[in-house]
Amino acid sequence: MAAPAAYKDRQFLAVIGDEDSVTGLLLAGVGHVENGEQNFLVVDAQTETSKIEKAFDEFTERKDIGILLINQHVAEKIRYRIDAFTAAFPAVLEIPSKDHPYDPEKDTVLRRVKRLFGE
Amino acid sequence: MSGAGNREAVFATRQSLGIMKAKLKGAEVGHSLLKRKSEALTKRFREITRRIDEAKRKMGRVMQIAAFSLAEVAYATGGAGNMNYEITQAVRSARFRLRTRQENVSGVLLPAFESYTTEGLGDFAMTGLGRGGQQVQKAREVYEKAVETLVELASLQTAFVILDDVIKVVNRRVNAIEHVIIPRTANTISYINSELDELDREEFYRLKKVQGKKQEESAALELEEKNRKTAMPEVRDVTVPHNAEEDDEKDLIF
Repeated sequence: MAAPAAYKDRQFLAVIGDEDSVTGLLLAGVGHVENGEQNFLVVDAQTETSKIEKAFDEFTERKDIGILLINQHVAEKIRYRIDAFTAAFPAVLEIPSKDHPYDPEKDTVLRRVKRLFGE
Repeated sequence: MSGAGNREAVFATRQSLGIMKAKLKGAEVGHSLLKRKSEALTKRFREITRRIDEAKRKMGRVMQIAAFSLAEVAYATGGAGNMNYEITQAVRSARFRLRTRQENVSGVLLPAFESYTTEGLGDFAMTGLGRGGQQVQKAREVYEKAVETLVELASLQTAFVILDDVIKVVNRRVNAIEHVIIPRTANTISYINSELDELDREEFYRLKKVQGKKQEESAALELEEKNRKTAMPEVRDVTVPHNAEEDDEKDLIF
């Protein structure tokens, strides 16, 4: 079970997404840069999957991030990684992007919900 | 004996019988308590999953509105690329932060995120200064609302993941008690009981045997005594000492 210390210091959000999503979320004030480490990654068509994976690993390992937001079409690229990530912290949240409407069928957590209730 | 293989390694004594009975009672109480805990958690779990489903749908709508407001900004400032670059480079310190608090559901601590914003305008005071400042302001507000929805959803999701784990563990315990510990303890008790009965029977038989032997012995002794008594009189006549009074001897007179 998660000890209180495991989430006491988690006060930031992290974002992996396309330019527009990241810009919007940064505008809301979630961005944080410290010692050259930033908590967001802009993904475009040229971004390699390995880079997304690296960012995903980095964000999930950091102890100060409570929520990781990731665009659903980006999440599709590293779906197996997200399926394998079962820890409670940080909470990985799939969000829709401007060009890709939200599809509940693809969401890892929603699929788990569906499977649990056998719908 | 019933289930000789599935019992605890104990000596069949009254003391261990008492211990096993206490254990069985404890296991039954624990089972009912855990079962109730599991039911309470499952109830909560279902509620959370329902709320996740709702929140996810709501998020879809909110993010759509937010994306639209950003498009307005792009239109007003003339070219999205420029502003996007400006914003990603201007980031310094997070204005929008999280706080976690705990909620206790039947002994399980569920963390919940709470968002708060620090004072001040943050890093983007200059964004949209030239053109489209109003749109930028609006987009900022819309996105803040959107992120709040996301934070709420993240709390639900975290609670979902933790509850899922905890429910699995609790159910495993309930099943272990129901299908392993209780039958085994009951088996041990019946084993001890049958063993004690066996000992009782043995003891009873032994006592009978001892009693029988004693009776035999005393019967033999009595018989001997009787035999001796019938043989005795002749012998006694010879051996009984004479009384001086009864003697015919004359008194000695000096």
